[in-house]
Amino acid sequence: MTRLLAERAALGLLTLLAVSALLFFGTNLLPGDVASALLGQEATPEALHNIRVALGLDQPAWLRYLHWLGGALHGDFGTSLTSARSVGAQVLPRLGNTLVLAALAALVSVPLAVGLGLLSAMREGGILDRLISMLSLVTISVPEFFVGYVLTLVFAVQLGWLPSLAVMHGGMGFGERLAAIALPVATLVIVVLAHMLRMTRSALLSVMSAPYIEMAFLKGLPRSTVVLRHALPNAAAPIIAVVALNLGYLVVGVVVVEAVFVYPGAGQLMVDAVSKRDLPVVQACGLVFAATYVGLNTMADMLAIIVNPRLRRPR
Amino acid sequence: MSVPVPAPTNPDAGSRPGLGPSARVRTRLRPPVSALIGAGIVIVMVAAIILAPWIAPYAESQFIGGVWDPPGAASWLGTDNLGRDMLTRLMYGGRNTVGIAAVTTAIAVVLGTALGFIAATVGGWVDNVMSRCIDILLSIPVLISALMVLSVLGSSVPVLIGTIGLLEATRVYLVARAVARTIAVQEFVAVARLRGEGLAWIIGREILPNALPPLIAEAGLRFCFVVLFIASLGFLGLGIQPPAADWGSMVRENAQAINFALLAPLYPAAAIAALTIGVNLVVDWLLSMYARPSGHALEL
Repeated sequence: MTRLLAERAALGLLTLLAVSALLFFGTNLLPGDVASALLGQEATPEALHNIRVALGLDQPAWLRYLHWLGGALHGDFGTSLTSARSVGAQVLPRLGNTLVLAALAALVSVPLAVGLGLLSAMREGGILDRLISMLSLVTISVPEFFVGYVLTLVFAVQLGWLPSLAVMHGGMGFGERLAAIALPVATLVIVVLAHMLRMTRSALLSVMSAPYIEMAFLKGLPRSTVVLRHALPNAAAPIIAVVALNLGYLVVGVVVVEAVFVYPGAGQLMVDAVSKRDLPVVQACGLVFAATYVGLNTMADMLAIIVNPRLRRPR
Repeated sequence: MSVPVPAPTNPDAGSRPGLGPSARVRTRLRPPVSALIGAGIVIVMVAAIILAPWIAPYAESQFIGGVWDPPGAASWLGTDNLGRDMLTRLMYGGRNTVGIAAVTTAIAVVLGTALGFIAATVGGWVDNVMSRCIDILLSIPVLISALMVLSVLGSSVPVLIGTIGLLEATRVYLVARAVARTIAVQEFVAVARLRGEGLAWIIGREILPNALPPLIAEAGLRFCFVVLFIASLGFLGLGIQPPAADWGSMVRENAQAINFALLAPLYPAAAIAALTIGVNLVVDWLLSMYARPSGHALEL
């Protein structure tokens, strides 16, 4: 099993390397480079040349890639074009904020989704099951900002319980921070909950049609025992996969949710950098988001190998 | 996606003795209520968008009142952040959202299907190389990929269509390849190969007709994703640039109104939601017909 796990981890690293190359060369091969973006209308050939030399753009692309990747490994992403500050110093604190947001959302949504999915699979076709199915169809089709603004309207504007903007500053106490972050977390939870819940339910139900489950029923076991003791262990692998997929989705969902609540996270930073065309910042954020995504998927596969003995045999 | 499909109005009609096979088929074909509601929503919205210049109450950027006037007889949904009629803006904004989404989806479906079919039919190293490349593309979240491209090329309608079309084509590729692989191993394809038919003939005449139902459902789902994608970019200020508007950028422009307990940003967001829910309901029906083993609809 250790060998399989190591193989999967190596594959994840390889994917990450390919992704970093794609991000770097993709942004470099597209027409228009940093120098012309920086100068805009005032670009004269001499000025362009000077800036290219200053930024090292006259070197071959693969050399710049290795330099960039080497720097990224110890947190040095170069210098921002618009603020002349170190990109790492800008991205890392923002990334911390984003991870707090995503982690809180995951902490609430994963147990809730698996629990409700179990409940609705236990009473398939019941009122709760049908209600959950309807609600999850609606939340899947609705854009994140719709959920965000509805929550703001109800809880921040009309009830006045929570602040409508998740602005963070140094002097805030723990309670204040929690209140500020409550609405963005709730929005993220609602957005990912439906999908996770539906997949948990369908993974369980597909296991439930197996003959050994019928056997368990025929022995006279109660439905809850059959679901929890007999079906759940075999449904664990697909459930873990969908949970990881949705945690990966959280990484993207935060970009929009951060914009709704003006939360100072990496997503906001990336969107700002894209509109200012600040390439080093965009590349750093892109790499960080993609690495989180690849990392989550790799971990999910490894967990699935640990949980399900059948996956341990090489096919 | 499986939605509890409401029972047909007359579930026993199909098996009632005395009815001929054609009557039975007709009953089976009758869509459930949810699909009819979905189709109704989509048809009404698309009609309103297409007919906007003739049926909209005001001109596209005509100022009719103050900022965020409440709904009233003069303007049913009130006014927007510049005092323009919200309903009129929704109709014209929908032209951008739906028009761009339709073109983008068409590109994604055609490109993804063609590549997926080629990979599945040719197989071997062609399939391997293409699938590994797509795997790498898929391991970056699509929104992040799109942001990377927009940061280099800037945001314009052709860039949006090209970028999102390419990114969504990778998803279509996965579905098209999986469907085509199950068809490509069947006897009639082997017979066509032995007859000496070329790749284009096998794909166009043998595989495509058999793969159509799941691909149509996939196209519907892709359309929903593309609508949400364009709206998200518009909301982030990176989609369609002013003075042109789409539903996503309208949410952004009117976002401040929420702090005054006004519904202005919720109207365009609700329009997006209604459209995607409508399409989803129809797609669910199509998928349930395809999945149902006794469903005659697809053999007709």
